[in-house]
Amino acid sequence: MPRYLLSGFGPAEPASFGGYPSQAEMLQAFDDTGVFNDRLVRDGHFVFADGLQPADTATTVDGQADSPVMTDGPYLETKEHLAGFWVIEAADLDVAIALAAEGSRACRGRVEVRPFHTADSIQALRES
Amino acid sequence: MTPGDVDEVLARVHREEWARLVAVLARRFGDLDLAEDAAGAAFLEAVRRWPNDGVPANPGGWLTTAASRKAIDQLRRESVRGVKYQAAHMLDDRTPPEPTGPVDDDRLRLVFVCAHPALAMEARVALTLRLVGGLTVKEIARAFLVGETAMAQRITRAKAKIKAAHIPYTLPDADAVRERLGGVLAVVFLIFNEGYLAGAGDDPLRPELTDEAIRLGRLLRTLLPDDGEVAGLLALMLLTDARRDARVDPSGELVTLAEQDRGRWDPGQIAEGLTLVRERLAAVAAGAPAPGRYQLLAAINAVHATASSAADTDWGQILTLYDRLLKVDPSPIVRLNRAVALTELYGPDSGLRELDPLVAVLDGYHALHAARAELLRRAGRSDEAATAYSRAIALTGNPAEQAYLARRRAELDR
Repeated sequence: MPRYLLSGFGPAEPASFGGYPSQAEMLQAFDDTGVFNDRLVRDGHFVFADGLQPADTATTVDGQADSPVMTDGPYLETKEHLAGFWVIEAADLDVAIALAAEGSRACRGRVEVRPFHTADSIQALRES
Repeated sequence: MTPGDVDEVLARVHREEWARLVAVLARRFGDLDLAEDAAGAAFLEAVRRWPNDGVPANPGGWLTTAASRKAIDQLRRESVRGVKYQAAHMLDDRTPPEPTGPVDDDRLRLVFVCAHPALAMEARVALTLRLVGGLTVKEIARAFLVGETAMAQRITRAKAKIKAAHIPYTLPDADAVRERLGGVLAVVFLIFNEGYLAGAGDDPLRPELTDEAIRLGRLLRTLLPDDGEVAGLLALMLLTDARRDARVDPSGELVTLAEQDRGRWDPGQIAEGLTLVRERLAAVAAGAPAPGRYQLLAAINAVHATASSAADTDWGQILTLYDRLLKVDPSPIVRLNRAVALTELYGPDSGLRELDPLVAVLDGYHALHAARAELLRRAGRSDEAATAYSRAIALTGNPAEQAYLARRRAELDR
């Protein structure tokens, strides 16, 4: 079954309450997201999901030279960064979009839906 | 049969069979690219063979057989190289045969895939014209004043996204059909509008686009004969397009509805549009859902179509219809058109009272300034009218409209 990455985004600067307006709203979003995750598991869509520490805790590593070069901070310099994600299995994009809409409501943010490669598409890429 | 006859048959068969051919192949092989290539190759073979061999008794069947063979050949060639080794399973048609009936599911599926909401509007339009309409990339590029390479990339990218993101080649369920149908109708209406009043370029009207939109509207009507909005959109397009020959004068200037020679309206298209509007009125009276925006717009145009002159128009009826439209579609554009009806009934001041607050939201829209200029002229506020005409001229890219507005501005009594 096709796999999709559902990504949620948050501010680059660490904010109080994880970027939510208040502690109560943050806790409510966590609860709603938990309920959504349970539903993904129950209906057989769940592969993996988790939230990330703020982007300024990231380290970017370039291992292409003899010794790895490290940069303090995320790979992309943008105002918003990946804050959490789901990896799901869904029959097609319509199903994935419907789930993303639920996830978006739960976590109170916009969600990007992006398909993973499949065995077929990797094969086609190899031979392109 | 002369070669000319064969050409004519080929053109007709292409119009009639292209969408079905692509749709059947797409369902069978699960690949829009392959379906498009194989359909194109089958038509090329027909162009080569029919002039000598004669037109087959069942051209659609001949093309389906030829195209399936082309598709299988292509899959075999690719599977020799190892690509799509798994596609071999598609060689047997395991999908159940489509139920025969008024609804041709394959073509409807194709329409819904091309107008999928996950695709950008311009991609939906291009894909619909190519895969459902059968226009060439060159024709679509010319119609939208885009380079051929850019248009080809737009279509290729859309097809690649459909494949990579697994946009399903299935019909949405009944509820989703209604929801998604709005997007499909929007694609068709956008194609129509671009042809009805081209946004830019040397040609004020692009009949190839209005014709194609009407053809798509007819196809949807065949596929969804009971849907009110499908009927409404077709009626709206027919009633509007009926005025085509009267809309531009010999000097290339746009002629407004009020000034058009109504004798030049196409009586056949008007009759067909009115029949559809009456059918919907009867259906709604018999309990069908309340009319949506396309049915209401069609009804408004039906009032115009049955008036012998602008002065004889039942503006009260038009205002009532705009009031209902405003409830369904409370957009500033509807309010703009409603203001014109208000003016006809109660004079320019009442129209202007409605229009003035819209300037803030529709300042970049040429039709707002054109309508406002007209009302200001009628209210005797010539200087303000001149400014509004100038603003409309600057905003529209349509040469016929520019010519009309410039003349109106020059005629102002100042």
